Amino acid sequence: MTNEQMTSSETESTDDQPAPTPGTDGLVDSADAGAETATDRTLLEARDLDVYYGEEQALDSVDIEIPEKQVTAVIGPSGCGKSTFLRCINRMNDLVDAAHVEGELLFDGKNVYDDDVDPVALRRKIGMVFQSPNPFPKSIRDNVAYGLKVQGKDENVDEKVRTALERAALLEEVDGQLDSSGLDLSGGQQQRLCIARAIAPDPDVILMDEPASALDPVATSKIEDLIEDLAEEYTVVIVTHNMQQAARISDKTAVFLTGGELVEFDDTEKIFENPEHDRVEDYITGKFG
Amino acid sequence: MSQPDFSHDASRTARGTAFRYLFMLCALLSILTTVAIILTLLIDAVDFFAQVSLVEFLTGTRWSPTNEPIAFGVLPLISGTLVITVGSAMVALPIGLLTAIYLSEYATDRQRSYLKPALEVLAGVPTVVYGYFALVYITPALDTILPLSTFNGLSASIMVGIMIIPMVSSISEDAMSAVPDSLRQASYGLGATKFTVSTSVVVPAALSGIFSSFILALSRAIGETMIVAIAAGQTPRMVDLTDPAGMFLNSIQPMTSAMVQIGTGDIVGQGEAYKSLFAVGLTLFVITFVMNLISEFVASRYREVYR
Repeated sequence: MTNEQMTSSETESTDDQPAPTPGTDGLVDSADAGAETATDRTLLEARDLDVYYGEEQALDSVDIEIPEKQVTAVIGPSGCGKSTFLRCINRMNDLVDAAHVEGELLFDGKNVYDDDVDPVALRRKIGMVFQSPNPFPKSIRDNVAYGLKVQGKDENVDEKVRTALERAALLEEVDGQLDSSGLDLSGGQQQRLCIARAIAPDPDVILMDEPASALDPVATSKIEDLIEDLAEEYTVVIVTHNMQQAARISDKTAVFLTGGELVEFDDTEKIFENPEHDRVEDYITGKFG
Repeated sequence: MSQPDFSHDASRTARGTAFRYLFMLCALLSILTTVAIILTLLIDAVDFFAQVSLVEFLTGTRWSPTNEPIAFGVLPLISGTLVITVGSAMVALPIGLLTAIYLSEYATDRQRSYLKPALEVLAGVPTVVYGYFALVYITPALDTILPLSTFNGLSASIMVGIMIIPMVSSISEDAMSAVPDSLRQASYGLGATKFTVSTSVVVPAALSGIFSSFILALSRAIGETMIVAIAAGQTPRMVDLTDPAGMFLNSIQPMTSAMVQIGTGDIVGQGEAYKSLFAVGLTLFVITFVMNLISEFVASRYREVYR
């Protein structure tokens, strides 16, 4: 029954019907959903995943098992396919006409590329934070409430907005000015607003595509602290070009190298201290990439 | 050792100055023409208002410049213009906006490559063709279901509406295409459908451009002459709020077609009837000028800043 939630039968419930409440709807089995501690249960799994943009291959038979409620960092040089991999998970690549996916990507055992999966329903389980902050030209409140409204989670919106802002460590700074425009905030605040917006509908997974690359060091450090906190409740997959950042905040690290190949995936400590592959060691130590 | 020569070249400097004045002259020409037109309108209108009081002109409810009893109340003509404007707005604003959403958000590159030129053709049809099309095809077609006069406000306003659809759709589409893709991505990422992305993100973010397109298109409808002169009739008629349908079903006369009638009629000399042409023209000019000011104001005041 867990797979039902992503199928196209939910397509209709765009704006008016309330979506099932989190905790009971579960792509996550209810037994596990109660557990707050990090488990090694696999939530996302790629099996022989290939992605092509037209003729060009962006991912080459990727196999990976991403654990639940941990931070998994995806690193690698530019053009290695790390963002492409991230955008496969919530099927954002569907928006690119030329993109074409082969293989399987399992979310809690269900292949999200099955014919009966509606990407709209899938994306409601997966929040996303982008490279540069992209708040809507709306008030802070409306920005955070946007996902709730889109997903029909209409009850207690104000309370949920405040909770999400608090979790994103932004509430203190914007309390009392929730009606001012999200665009008036600083870059770092905007990015935390986007994080609040992503977590407000309470997804299972949060994808982050180089979320701190457009920010200054102070704002970056706040985002990093936040990401570690988020892993208590969410499965976080973060793409970063900053290896120190990956080392600081992640539990697991996946290293993609040129050609869309996942070369090594292991505990972050292992990757940075004693990688199996010489190519990975060369990349980590800066000899290449 | 001699120094390099960087001194002025007389012929080059002269050419530069000549071009500068040539370009300036062209730019001035259009400004001068505008000023001349406004002056002409004003001078003759002032002449007219020396004979007919401004109050009578602006508040009179009867327009009869040549037939006794003579009356110069402009309200029936403004009523006619209003009917055409409202009618064409009801056709063009929704269709134009939905077309723009389709072009900007839904259409594939291939579909867009057919649709946009087709819309441009629509914008390029001479208005006299539209006018006869309204008279010869639309009116008889509507006549089968509605009690229409041969000349009526309805088919003229439908036709004017169709004429201004490309203005609405192309300016609105430009505004929507300018909305950064990152906002659409954010919305899709939160589980929005294409429809929700279009209506809750793209349209609100492009609202100032959409509003400008509405006002510019309506200005065009207000000034449209040929279609209404051919299809709407020549009967100055006051808006009757108890019978709004009457304005659409019967012959009316907007300001522009009243001007055509005066200009092409057998009016002799420089009498009041002739001068009234300029008073109506000035009224029309003021209305469209104010509309353009509003459009400018809205565009600058409500322009969204994306960073």
